[in-house]
Amino acid sequence: MADPATMPLIEVDNLGVRLNTSRGPAQAVRGVSFALKRGETLGLVGESGCGKSVTALSLMGLLPDSAVITGSIKLDGRELARLPDADYCSLRGNRISMIFQEPMTALNPMHTVGHQVAEPLRRHKKYSAAHARREAIALLDRVGLPDPARRIDAYPHQFSGGQRQRVTIAMALACEPDLLIADEPTTALDVTIQGQILDLIADLVEERGMSMILISHDLGVIAENVQRMMVMYGGTVVESGPTDEVFRRMGHPYTQGLFRARPKLGARKGTRLTTISGTVPELADLPVGCAFGERCPLVEDKCRVALPPMVEVGPAHVVRCVRTDVSMAANVGALSA
Amino acid sequence: MSAPLTTSVDAPIVPRPLPTKTFWGRALRHRSFVLGGVLSLLVVASAALSLVWTPWSPYEIDIASKLRPPSAAHWLGTDSFGRDIVSLLLAGARSTILVGIIAVSIGLTFGVCLGLIASAKRGWTEEIIMRFSDFTFAFPAVLSAIMLAAVAGPGMLTSIIAIGIFQIPTLTRLTRGSANAIWAREYVLAARASGKGAFRITIEHVLPNILSILIVQATIQFALAILAEAALSYLGLGTQPPQPSWGRMLNDAQTMLFQSPMLAVYPGAAIAIAVLGLNLLGDGLRDLLDPRLARER
Amino acid sequence: MSVFVLRRVLTLLATLVGASVIIFLVLDALPGNAAQMLMGADASADAVRALTVKLGLDQPLAVRYLQWIKGFVVGDLGNSYVYGTPVGSLIAERLVLTIPLAIMSMLITVVLALSAGIYTAANHNKLGDVGVMSLTQIGIALPNFWFAILLVLLFAVRLQWLSAGGFAGWEDGIWPGVKSLLLPSISLAVVQAAILARVTRSAVLEVLREDFVRTARAKGLGKREVLWSHVLRNAMIPVMTVMGLQFANLLAGTIVIENVFYLPGLGRLIFQSIANRDLIVVRNCVMLLAAMVVIVNFVVDVLYAFIDPRIKVHDL
Repeated sequence: MADPATMPLIEVDNLGVRLNTSRGPAQAVRGVSFALKRGETLGLVGESGCGKSVTALSLMGLLPDSAVITGSIKLDGRELARLPDADYCSLRGNRISMIFQEPMTALNPMHTVGHQVAEPLRRHKKYSAAHARREAIALLDRVGLPDPARRIDAYPHQFSGGQRQRVTIAMALACEPDLLIADEPTTALDVTIQGQILDLIADLVEERGMSMILISHDLGVIAENVQRMMVMYGGTVVESGPTDEVFRRMGHPYTQGLFRARPKLGARKGTRLTTISGTVPELADLPVGCAFGERCPLVEDKCRVALPPMVEVGPAHVVRCVRTDVSMAANVGALSA
Repeated sequence: MSAPLTTSVDAPIVPRPLPTKTFWGRALRHRSFVLGGVLSLLVVASAALSLVWTPWSPYEIDIASKLRPPSAAHWLGTDSFGRDIVSLLLAGARSTILVGIIAVSIGLTFGVCLGLIASAKRGWTEEIIMRFSDFTFAFPAVLSAIMLAAVAGPGMLTSIIAIGIFQIPTLTRLTRGSANAIWAREYVLAARASGKGAFRITIEHVLPNILSILIVQATIQFALAILAEAALSYLGLGTQPPQPSWGRMLNDAQTMLFQSPMLAVYPGAAIAIAVLGLNLLGDGLRDLLDPRLARER
Repeated sequence: MSVFVLRRVLTLLATLVGASVIIFLVLDALPGNAAQMLMGADASADAVRALTVKLGLDQPLAVRYLQWIKGFVVGDLGNSYVYGTPVGSLIAERLVLTIPLAIMSMLITVVLALSAGIYTAANHNKLGDVGVMSLTQIGIALPNFWFAILLVLLFAVRLQWLSAGGFAGWEDGIWPGVKSLLLPSISLAVVQAAILARVTRSAVLEVLREDFVRTARAKGLGKREVLWSHVLRNAMIPVMTVMGLQFANLLAGTIVIENVFYLPGLGRLIFQSIANRDLIVVRNCVMLLAAMVVIVNFVVDVLYAFIDPRIKVHDL
């Protein structure tokens, strides 16, 4: 057995997920592989429907019953894919936790926040009610909720969106998990609050030595918060590498499109926002070849024949494109930003 | 999180106009619609048949041949007055459908009008109409029929009016709710901007768009009316003898429970078939006319 | 909270007044009518007039209405035209049967409906779900009095376990009384339970789709734990609304069912009073039933505030 310090905490190999949607079966995730060591952070970027949330939910074992998982997900070497739900329950909220996008609906309106924060402690650590309550107050204090000793008995509707997201973070951290999955944790929040919440998450990840998978559609959020990143499109990873490296030399036309499409502060008035033409394909009817083919400015016949292979373009930097010679010549990234 | 499964956003449930093109194609493959349709047609056909032909007269009393078991002459036997059960069941369908149709028409006329007015006028008018329909809920059909019967005497008309009144609040609420959803639509806003009055908008935009919902609910209300009619005529407050009715037949049969238990089975089964048929038909129509309304039931 | 309750109380009173006006107008609008009805068509005009005065029916409409309402407050509802005994005690005797009957059938309804509704929602689209839902579809279609007759056929005529009708009273202890109300309350309950089960199922399914259910699962709670500790309480709001509305149907149902089983309850009293043209009894019985419906729905409204923490603050 390998040294636990260097052995990956979580190892995903050739993950595939097929979902039953209203439009028939859809391959929501194809051939996703990555490994994450303790304390490492990984970003997942892409538009809605690209499979990033499905990837996260399959790590949590929370896909719908009808979903079919292929490939392997290992936590500390233990296979999680197709693990019985009862066994998964002892991991969820304990060793793997998740923060969701919508703080307004992620909390049960009928229970006090204290009850909800204490729930994983009672479930996994078998704390007594009083012990769990003390711990919950400490957690709420740590995530920056004002006056936690009093507010612990309040209901979710009595908090603002940002405060509720702090509560869900406290909930996710309660049992000091090894892996935190944050699925668009700031998308639903006011811009002014977003930074505070991201800083809080970053502080906590560092303080507790957790690994984190941060999911976002916002390249800016990814650039500032994770060491490595994966760009997803149509259920596949189209580019992956160290964040700095990817931002320095973007390889995939889709990554470049995303980068150009983001609004820039200080842009000259009247400057048009670049967009990616076309729309995201339905997962139920993806093309045979490159999923981005229909929208790609560089598309050629060979792109439509088969799913392009991963091409290494830099240190640990891979791109799923057969035309990197052309795409990378333009050198989109930090230089042109 | 992002929604990878469908592209549709959670739109408020808003009715659509009747889809026509593929309707029958889809309808004939819909199980509860087909079963409900067949059962409902069976009842309607019985009623229609009874207008021109019944094996025996449903009115003719023949004490000599009372309580006969099923035979070639009397397929389901005879009752305590010697009347042929099959003939009574066929003729009973007539009363059931008659009462149902008139009562639901009363309910629809008043309920839809009140609902449309409440939705078009808003403010105090809406408040008064809705509060009124609130407390009409306190008077189920049987209770209002009892009040009416107490002053006007029992009879088919009494039961029709009582059931009709009982239908109004449900239909008022439904109409108002769905009409309000239409009033919030952009095309209604456009119509208002172009200077159309509330009445024209109601006729041109609101009513056609809530029609499918109303058709579905009318089917369900028809089933409720049949149940109420049966209960009232069982109590002797509805259809009066010698006019045959299923509820009345059950009342007669109850006194003969020890001698001829089967007499109590047939009319009840007829009521259950009619109600089941209409309910299934309503469920099917709901799925077919507006899939978004179907959701999980 | 207090403002919330106060507003509901005011609505409650307004509804009760409205209901009483309607009942009064329908049953008492025509002066002399009651006397004429009591004495029959061939009574002499003098005799009818004398009875009209004796019963106080010559008074103006408003005066008679206010007298009736005053009667509620002081507890004197007047005397039955036919029996001559106080209406209040006449009704009280019958409530001893009707209230236990209503409570028993409501209990059976709730137990059946919640277990069926929760079971089917937890096994969504599986065989058990489809089976139980088909049963409820049939249950909804059954006229309750016919189901009652079928129960009598099975348990009284065929098996002879229970009697076909009548009420044993409470003098010999609770069991004989409960036993004689068993078939009536089951036949009332089954049809209502079929409806409520469907409501429960869709309410639970609706809540199961909420985000917080996924959050609870992400904490490591099993499906069953989530169902009991997170879903049910949220699903109870629509279920309780329908339960309140069903209470009206249930009371109306007692009128029919009491006649099937020859039970001397309120329903039977109303029924006999109609036959006897005893309008004062009919009027008070109908008012009582309507009031019970309105009050139960009021209680349901107030209970929301205890179940749903959002309501309290909203209305403070």
